[in-house]
Amino acid sequence: MGEMDTLKKEADGLKAQIEAGRKAVNDTTMATLASGVAAAPRVQLKNRKTLKGHLAKIYGLHWSADNRHMVSASQDGKLLIWDTYTGNKVYAVPLKSSWVMSCSMAPSGNLVASGGLDNMCTIANIKGASPKTLRELDAHEGYLSHSRFLNDSEILTASGDTTCCLWDLETGKQKVIYKSHVGDCMCLAVSPDQNTFISGACDSSAKLWDIRDGGCKQTFIGHTSDINAIAFYPSGTAVITGSDDCTLKMYDLRADQEVNGYQDAALNAGVTSVSLSSSGRLIFAGYDNFNCNIWDSLKAEKVGVLSGHDNRVSCIGVPDDGLGVCTGSWDSFLKIWN
Amino acid sequence: MSTNNNIAQARKLVEQLRIEAGIERIKVSKAAADLMSYCEQHARNDPLLVGVPTSENPFKDKKPCIIL
Repeated sequence: MGEMDTLKKEADGLKAQIEAGRKAVNDTTMATLASGVAAAPRVQLKNRKTLKGHLAKIYGLHWSADNRHMVSASQDGKLLIWDTYTGNKVYAVPLKSSWVMSCSMAPSGNLVASGGLDNMCTIANIKGASPKTLRELDAHEGYLSHSRFLNDSEILTASGDTTCCLWDLETGKQKVIYKSHVGDCMCLAVSPDQNTFISGACDSSAKLWDIRDGGCKQTFIGHTSDINAIAFYPSGTAVITGSDDCTLKMYDLRADQEVNGYQDAALNAGVTSVSLSSSGRLIFAGYDNFNCNIWDSLKAEKVGVLSGHDNRVSCIGVPDDGLGVCTGSWDSFLKIWN
Repeated sequence: MSTNNNIAQARKLVEQLRIEAGIERIKVSKAAADLMSYCEQHARNDPLLVGVPTSENPFKDKKPCIIL
């Protein structure tokens, strides 16, 4: 086929051009620059609270913007909304499908979203007398792996059908579809300015998208397996990814390449979840081996560990005020540390 | 026909690569320096880095006080 060959040649040429462009600005490493920075203090965080209530594996958690409440999802078929200051459960939202893979809370605190193997994203209003299903967003052709609200009328979803989507909650319809990944989309994170978002997928790449026009602006490669977790650096100029290849990577958006890597020869467990402290200096990464490692994001050294779960750490989150970090596990517990 | 599908996909890939090849990149030295500077500026306000005093820790277990 003449045209296929031409296209392949052009694609290869462009990939080489991108690699050359990245190499041209690769004038040093973060490791070299950070050698002059004082080491982060040895971080010893204590388990302050253990939230007990789920009866099966926890698959997702998300802090409220009020820094106090949190939603968690478990395959016991429930979303629980917690008051983390008291440890009490404030609401329980029963799920139609118990095969939930993720949950999120709107910045307003009025709505929660959940979804999983049912391929749908279900939105519930938790501010009435009892939680009420508001919408069932049903158009993805694969499982729902992640979701994040922009506001009470828009939500972003990532799916096993390799696409991400922006939904209009007033109509329940898809507004923008983000197509470019060639593997299941596993995670997404919204930029601090809410103009862009990043997605991680089973094609081992992370992609930066323009939320409004649906265009993929940049693609970050380097991982050698599924990217399960992704987070923006608080400055909005870099992203951290966690992968089944047992490593985390920091990609700088303006240099368009990997600038730091977090790995340990002794670690051979996949990364399931990632979250950062408020300054960005500390990376909290949950692994398949039941632990959460704390990395110095600049020096790429392990500076602490959170151990206490009896099964895989599946989700992690730091609230906006940075006062603590919460880990959620397949052991059915959530633990808050600081 | 699947051939047409493959060609359509290949065209899309080339289009996407063109966009990505055309972006402007800054030097890693500048990018890394900016990230380090951001960390430094916000470090003293990062509770997990500097520690949370017990009296201000909202997650601390509230034990009843015994007044002697």
